[in-house]
Amino acid sequence: MAAIELRGLTKVYPGGVKALDSLDLDIPDGEFFALLGPSGCGKTTLLRTIAGLETATGGAVVIGERDVTGVQPGGRDVAMVFQDYALFPHMDVTDNIAYPLRIKKVAKGARREKAEEVGARLGLDHLMDRRPGQLSGGQQQRVALARVMATQAQAFLFDEPLSNLDARLRLEARTFLKKLQRELGVTTVFVTHDQAEALAMADRMAVMEAGHIRQIGTPVEVFQRPANTFVAGFIGSTPMNLLDGAVRGDTLEVAGCKVAVPIAAEGRLTDGEKIVYGVRPEYMAYSAGPAEGVLSGKVAIVENLGASHLVTLDVNDVLVQAVVPEGSEPAVGDDGHALPRRDRALVYRDGELV
Amino acid sequence: MAQATSPPEVVKEDARTRRGYSSDAAGLGSLRAGAFVAPALLLIAAFLVFPALWVLYLGLTNYRLTGAAAAEPEFVGLANLLDAVFNPTFWNSTWLTVQFVLGSAVIGQVVLGFTIAWLLRDRAGPLKRLVEGLVILAWILPSAVVSFLWVALLDRDGGTLNALLGIPGFPWLLDHPMLSIIVFNTWRGTAFSMMLYGAALGNVPPSHLESARLAGASGWQQLRDVVFPHIRGHILTNLLLISLWTFNDFSPFLLTAGGPDGRSEVLAVHVYKVALQSGELGYGAAVSTIILLINLVVAVFYLRLLRSKK
Amino acid sequence: MTRFVLGRIGFCTLIAVLLAFFTIPLLWLVTAPFTSDPSYEVKVPDFTWDNFQAVVEHPYALPSLYNSLVLSVGTAVLVVLLAALAAYALSRVRLPGRDALLYALLLLSSIITGTAAMVPLFQLAVELNLIDSHLGLILILTGGLLPAAIFMLKDFMDSTPKSYEESARVFGASPLQIVRHVVVPLVRPGLATIGVWALANVWGNFLMPYLLLSDVEKQPAAVITYTLYTEGGQANLSMLSTFGLLYSIPVVLMYLFVSKKYGFRFHGGIKR
Ligand SMILES: Nc1ncnc2c1ncn2[C@@H]1O[C@H](COP(=O)(O)OP(=O)(O)OP(=O)(O)O)[C@@H](O)[C@H]1O
Ligand SMILES: [Mg+2]
Repeated sequence: MAAIELRGLTKVYPGGVKALDSLDLDIPDGEFFALLGPSGCGKTTLLRTIAGLETATGGAVVIGERDVTGVQPGGRDVAMVFQDYALFPHMDVTDNIAYPLRIKKVAKGARREKAEEVGARLGLDHLMDRRPGQLSGGQQQRVALARVMATQAQAFLFDEPLSNLDARLRLEARTFLKKLQRELGVTTVFVTHDQAEALAMADRMAVMEAGHIRQIGTPVEVFQRPANTFVAGFIGSTPMNLLDGAVRGDTLEVAGCKVAVPIAAEGRLTDGEKIVYGVRPEYMAYSAGPAEGVLSGKVAIVENLGASHLVTLDVNDVLVQAVVPEGSEPAVGDDGHALPRRDRALVYRDGELV
Repeated sequence: MAQATSPPEVVKEDARTRRGYSSDAAGLGSLRAGAFVAPALLLIAAFLVFPALWVLYLGLTNYRLTGAAAAEPEFVGLANLLDAVFNPTFWNSTWLTVQFVLGSAVIGQVVLGFTIAWLLRDRAGPLKRLVEGLVILAWILPSAVVSFLWVALLDRDGGTLNALLGIPGFPWLLDHPMLSIIVFNTWRGTAFSMMLYGAALGNVPPSHLESARLAGASGWQQLRDVVFPHIRGHILTNLLLISLWTFNDFSPFLLTAGGPDGRSEVLAVHVYKVALQSGELGYGAAVSTIILLINLVVAVFYLRLLRSKK
Repeated sequence: MTRFVLGRIGFCTLIAVLLAFFTIPLLWLVTAPFTSDPSYEVKVPDFTWDNFQAVVEHPYALPSLYNSLVLSVGTAVLVVLLAALAAYALSRVRLPGRDALLYALLLLSSIITGTAAMVPLFQLAVELNLIDSHLGLILILTGGLLPAAIFMLKDFMDSTPKSYEESARVFGASPLQIVRHVVVPLVRPGLATIGVWALANVWGNFLMPYLLLSDVEKQPAAVITYTLYTEGGQANLSMLSTFGLLYSIPVVLMYLFVSKKYGFRFHGGIKR
């Protein structure tokens, strides 16, 4: 078990793509760390650079106090699960799981034993003689996990290990993986582009954009106080309302309405400056009648979310969304009013949280 | 949701160039990779590239297999090439080669191959396997064996063909040597075209054929309007490849040895006869150079075609 | 309805003509070896084994099959080995000038044919003292087959995902271990295809051994067959037919093996 530190890590691909731009990151020992970001932002590159499959253009990778920047992948004592699992199609499950031990020159008998032990732990006992081609996606994923566990590496690196599973199985696997990591206590870096997955599983997470880390924090911090409008827009199953506005004395003018200054921004704003006002649809109180500090408009769309509804209001030609509990949803065309929670609303200046 | 792609600093390259950048997956390193490639390249250089270059040089000398010119060949410039150009036997061979390629490859193999593929297109079972098996058998048997089978077939006295036609004593190989080798090569090489067109026809979407049939198109109209546009690329590929192969085919030698009186002496046989039987290596090399150039033109055409398809 | 019947009749006639065209030349090969004292005529055989006896006793027949075997196995092994190494390196490592090299290889393999290169190859063999040398012929044949083999194998390797190798690499496998444990098993079908292709190619090749081997004891079956029917006045038909059959059987077996194992997948240009 070991901590992972990245110091000014930069990766430029031949051809000039700067996939990682001077990243600094500290992942303490035993942490379940999620790397989240849109496609092409450099998550896989970061993971592969930690593993040593890509050589860093600049900066350093430190694993367990050892600078491994120039070390071959095999010498870094990390284990990786690839997005396509990379199970060897010509070996059965036992041989696949035992492969890392074969490289370490563990005797054949001991190898088998270990593979069977790990396989049993992941519920693979009756599948040990099959080839990967004869396994379902979920089973393959568990074999890949078993193979990684058999290495007893210092750190695990997972590249979107759940993205090949169907939606249901993915939920199950999420819980399973999280529980497993708890039990093993191995430092784990987990790449995903699914924000819900990151929020659900990670101890801490980083949100990346175009080779930069835009925010690091616990899922709660990242969800409640996105550090910038990029993260604010990326996190959350319904995106945050990000509305252009301006400071008018001790209130804000947003979409032609007057709303109160959020608690977090009190005393930090200057009169007349332009800001972006952010509030999640979940943190809006919807009502049919007007009140002080509401965003008022006509109901444009009502979408069913299951236990609640997502109502989109047209507020002076700006679209504002609010989540309305079931039973009290309005009809399209009604007048509607949404009151943001002062303790949850946020203000961004030049894209950064105030 | 905000799942949009966040562009990195440099414009994203398209998938093709990106795949081109295969990084070193097994950690081989350039040095070891070079060592992996070197032995193969060495052999290719020694036994393929060097001979090709040497043939260019030889063509410019009066090299002979035996005699004074064998010991000290002299540089004669373009004399050999000019010799060839003014040599009626060379032109005779060239003309025979054109007949051979057009007759057996472009017409024989393509038409027959396509016909078989079309007849068997949506059939399965023993009939298809039998026909395909026989056609492929003709293709894979050693050329020395099949050549002799045709010698037996066409024999003037006891040959099966004359027995079947009831014309004993008709000397096919003497009276119609070109026709014989053309039919022989059609028989021998049809398999490739048949398999290529079989694969191509399998790729014609059945829905296109069905909609044409629903619109009342006849068999010929279906072929013209649906099938040909779909397999045009395959036809061209096929034509270029089999022309190249037929042009370089040496097996007519096994059947007629170029005779009688050079009446079936295609270029491949011509080179052998002048260079290795008569020993005029310089002149033979000049003809080889011409063959190389023709090959080059066809191959470049073919590679262009491959590229534009990708 | 009549149109349908006419269509059927047309189809059947065409198929019958095709079958006849492709079968008749082959008939002699399967009847004559079992006929005592065969002529060019196709006769119902009387199932004698005497002809096989004659082949066994012939001084050059069986040795020539052995020579064919040596040449084709030797070439196939060399081609597979060298092409696999080269194709793997070219597929996985970005060597400078790789694309140009591959293009050149493809071009070379299609333009430099035995016909075009027979004069200099003969010369080269004379100069290097490779006439009548099996090894020399194997090297020359290998050089001729390698470009196409590299090209086909590289295509094959490009289509196998790299994550297998990367995964092994993260577990600490050395490059050679990766090649042995992962790459070779993964590309085995490709290697087998190339091996069979090279084997069949050399087994049937006539021109090169005819040019470069003048010693009868070293000549492969292709050349011996030709000698049997061109030299010495009246061809010995019982000998020829039986020997031809023996010489052909391995090719047919190989074809059956390939089509059974891999389904005779269509490989453009598998045979030159
Ligand atoms: N081998 C390579 N050569 C050149 N550019 C590359 C290479 N691999 C990745 N890139 C580029 O680097 C950037 C980051 O790619 P990366 O694969 O790390 O993204 P990602 O965040 O994992 O995306 P995804 O979610 O789609 O997997 C992209 O712009 C990509 O085009
Ligand atoms: Mg990725």
